[in-house]
Amino acid sequence: MIELLPERQPQVVRKADGAPAADMACGKASTAGSVSQRACVFCGSRVVLYPIADALHIVHGPIGCAAYTWDIRGALSSGSQLHRNSFSTDLQEMDVIFGGEKKLEATLLELIAHHQPKAAFIYSTCIVGLIGDDVSAVCKRVSAKTGIPVLGVHSEGFKGTKKDGYRAACEAVYTLVGTGDTAGIAPHSINILGEFNLAGETWILRDYYKRLGIEVVACITGDSRIDDIRRAHGAKLNLVQCSGSMTSLAKMMERDYGIPFKRVSYFGIEDMSAALYEAAKYFSDDPTIMHRAQQLVREEVAAIYPELQRYKQKLVGKKAAIYVGGAFKAFSLMRALRLIGMETAIVGSQTGDKEDYKQLQEMADPGTIIVDDSNPLELAKFCLEKDVDLFIGGVKERPIAHKLGIGFCDHNHERKEPLAGYIGMLNFAKEVYASVASPVWQFAPRRARSK
Amino acid sequence: MLNGTTAEIKPREALRINPAKTCQPIGAMYAALGIHGCMPHSHGSQGCCAYHRSHLTRHFKEPVIATTSSFTEGASVFGGLANLNQALSNIFTIYNPEIVAVHTTCLSEVIGDDIPMMIKKSIEDGTIPKGKVVIHANTPSFVGSHVTGFANMTTAMVRYLAEKNGHRLFQLNLIPGFVDPADIRELKRIVAEMGVKAVVFPDTSGVLDLPQDGRYRMFPHGGTTIEELKSTGDSSCTIALGHFTSHPAATELDEKCGVGCAFLELPIGLTETDRFIHALRNYGGVDVPATIGDERGRLLDAMSDMHQYFHKKRVAIAGDPDHVIALTQFLSDLDMKPAYVITGSPGKHFEQRVTEILKDQVPDAVVKQNSDLFALHQWIKNAPVDLIIGNTYCKYIAREEKIPFVRFGFPVLDRMGHRYFPCVGYMGALRLMEKMNDALLDHKDRECADEYFELIQ
Repeated sequence: MIELLPERQPQVVRKADGAPAADMACGKASTAGSVSQRACVFCGSRVVLYPIADALHIVHGPIGCAAYTWDIRGALSSGSQLHRNSFSTDLQEMDVIFGGEKKLEATLLELIAHHQPKAAFIYSTCIVGLIGDDVSAVCKRVSAKTGIPVLGVHSEGFKGTKKDGYRAACEAVYTLVGTGDTAGIAPHSINILGEFNLAGETWILRDYYKRLGIEVVACITGDSRIDDIRRAHGAKLNLVQCSGSMTSLAKMMERDYGIPFKRVSYFGIEDMSAALYEAAKYFSDDPTIMHRAQQLVREEVAAIYPELQRYKQKLVGKKAAIYVGGAFKAFSLMRALRLIGMETAIVGSQTGDKEDYKQLQEMADPGTIIVDDSNPLELAKFCLEKDVDLFIGGVKERPIAHKLGIGFCDHNHERKEPLAGYIGMLNFAKEVYASVASPVWQFAPRRARSK
Repeated sequence: MLNGTTAEIKPREALRINPAKTCQPIGAMYAALGIHGCMPHSHGSQGCCAYHRSHLTRHFKEPVIATTSSFTEGASVFGGLANLNQALSNIFTIYNPEIVAVHTTCLSEVIGDDIPMMIKKSIEDGTIPKGKVVIHANTPSFVGSHVTGFANMTTAMVRYLAEKNGHRLFQLNLIPGFVDPADIRELKRIVAEMGVKAVVFPDTSGVLDLPQDGRYRMFPHGGTTIEELKSTGDSSCTIALGHFTSHPAATELDEKCGVGCAFLELPIGLTETDRFIHALRNYGGVDVPATIGDERGRLLDAMSDMHQYFHKKRVAIAGDPDHVIALTQFLSDLDMKPAYVITGSPGKHFEQRVTEILKDQVPDAVVKQNSDLFALHQWIKNAPVDLIIGNTYCKYIAREEKIPFVRFGFPVLDRMGHRYFPCVGYMGALRLMEKMNDALLDHKDRECADEYFELIQ
């Protein structure tokens, strides 16, 4: 057993054989002084809204927050690439003293005149909350002058966790919902919430729903456009993928427009199929949708299954560690790993809640380590203890895995291949295989020693 | 992506588009990693720390550690004393570093946290164990840039740690500036080759360029030790490389301990490396060994062999001021024409120095401090260049305008060479030449008409 900060102990659980799921502490700010892998409120807002491609995104604050979030998201757009630029007010000492409102207003007017965006999002960073800029007033003025929605996002970094940033983003988006014309929306229609078109994943999903005969009104925010979001309230059902980020938006839409929502996941065969059936079941007034769903699942699974089996043969018995942002993704990853014969020895997230961790414990094999808001030292020690062959995580975890001589799969912003849908499952298997079975690891001291 | 950029240039007062800089704390964090056994600590929100670590990790492909005070709304009202105290307690209890280097953020600066007072309290109440050290630098994000943050933390090392015992030591101090571990490794090789003993600080080699050995170490073997930093006050002199990143620390050392200093630019290219070698010879009291002479000779030979391919090539350079100043000198040595020379960092010295270097060869060069890549792109649209040199973010311009591109500086997020091969010294200059030559000739080979496609170049 490794040494943990005493405060950290309630955030780590080892699943015992047959024992009921333990309550895990989570959702709290990281202990001051721990090497946390977590980010802030601003980060949460920025990642959620970033993929809206025909909007202007302006970071109101000193340069860093704009610099670190410049085109790192990997969320693809089929048209406008405006969102991939970095716009900011680059606040200076004088602005901190005298306020940044004038600068913000000038910036907005200049950029809107030049780029003619459909809307503008203004992200407040830490010090904006302190120097007392009235961002809402600026937004109102500029909106009146330019005729486009100018939306303040209350994303001051210190005002909570990344999850609060998701909520702030949802609130900003929600002001757009209901402002568009819903005429012409098909009776069988959905919105996809919490899908960000990393590596083009939204395009795969849109194709599936089209084949089912279901109209996707808006994907929020993968490859999304302001006009789609404005009429999202015309959809009959909301499917929420990244539940941590978008449940609050779904709840608001349910409350005000009576649109029910369902949690889905598009990773792995089981979850992908369940997601399609969920929508088909909801639109049971047209049984052909279910028929088409069944046919689609049959075709798609048949198309990837033989190749998947070949990967499984090579990967069976290998062990993985998962450390991701949201816990819901971890469920899907565990199932997907099982499908290719791999065990999950360590699973953790930055933002999971009590229920999530309960479910993770129920799904996990005995002995599995379940962890909330971890740090490099813990993760490295867990990896060595469990002797894993693969780490699934994000940018900060990759070099740790590689130093230990462990394969890696980026399931975050830096994924290069789409991992959603059936083809995504195959891509996932390929990527996992390519890393786990790389001849590079035979030279790693860890493996060389055990030879 | 940059198809919205127009050639028409309007004055911009209030707006930064596609920056050529980032904020102070990341520079401070990088500098702190160059102390052996050091835990960099970010006194602010969690996000700052996560962003800096991610960004450094993308550049170095190495684990980057740092802790954070995890500010909440409470801290923003009542100040961050409790957070810092708790953080220090946790850091020493669990991670047990030799030293913690605290840097501030915009948040804690605006709140007005008094870090020295907080450190003092933590010493008094026993939070900081005996024998352990905590230093700090103020690094407000709304002043300067990442380069300023690096300089401030390097200066803090001197302010907190340098001691004068009165016994002059037979050693130099070498402050290498905000360069990559591979560069520091090369500088140390040159110093050793010259037979000079030097304390190099901050030194991230052996920290952020580790071999894979199957282990994860929070505190790798590299970095300048506290003892070495203490001894800098008794060194015979300091060689400080880079006006922006290294000169402030050297000045502080001179004021505090009376250690004289040679203020140089980064040794990038022939002229600046000559100056560096000359300084080592002078202040180290050594002769230049034949091996170093041969390295210079090989560089000069390559410059002779290839000079026709560089002649009058128009170049746009963007990057950190010390890097860009030295590179401008090298390009001018190669008879190239740096047409646009910009840095995102503020500082008048940059414009003065670059204009001085270019005054005879390129009197009409556009030289700007506190600029950004959007402005650079607009100038290029008005009058194109043959080559762009800068960090990875320049690739958008290179792609849009179909201009050959050499990656140089910080950050490089999409190529591997900078992690292993230096750009300083004569050997580093050779590598830069190779990269520029390859980029120019690959472009020509791909684009030129058949009749001009040459086998031998």
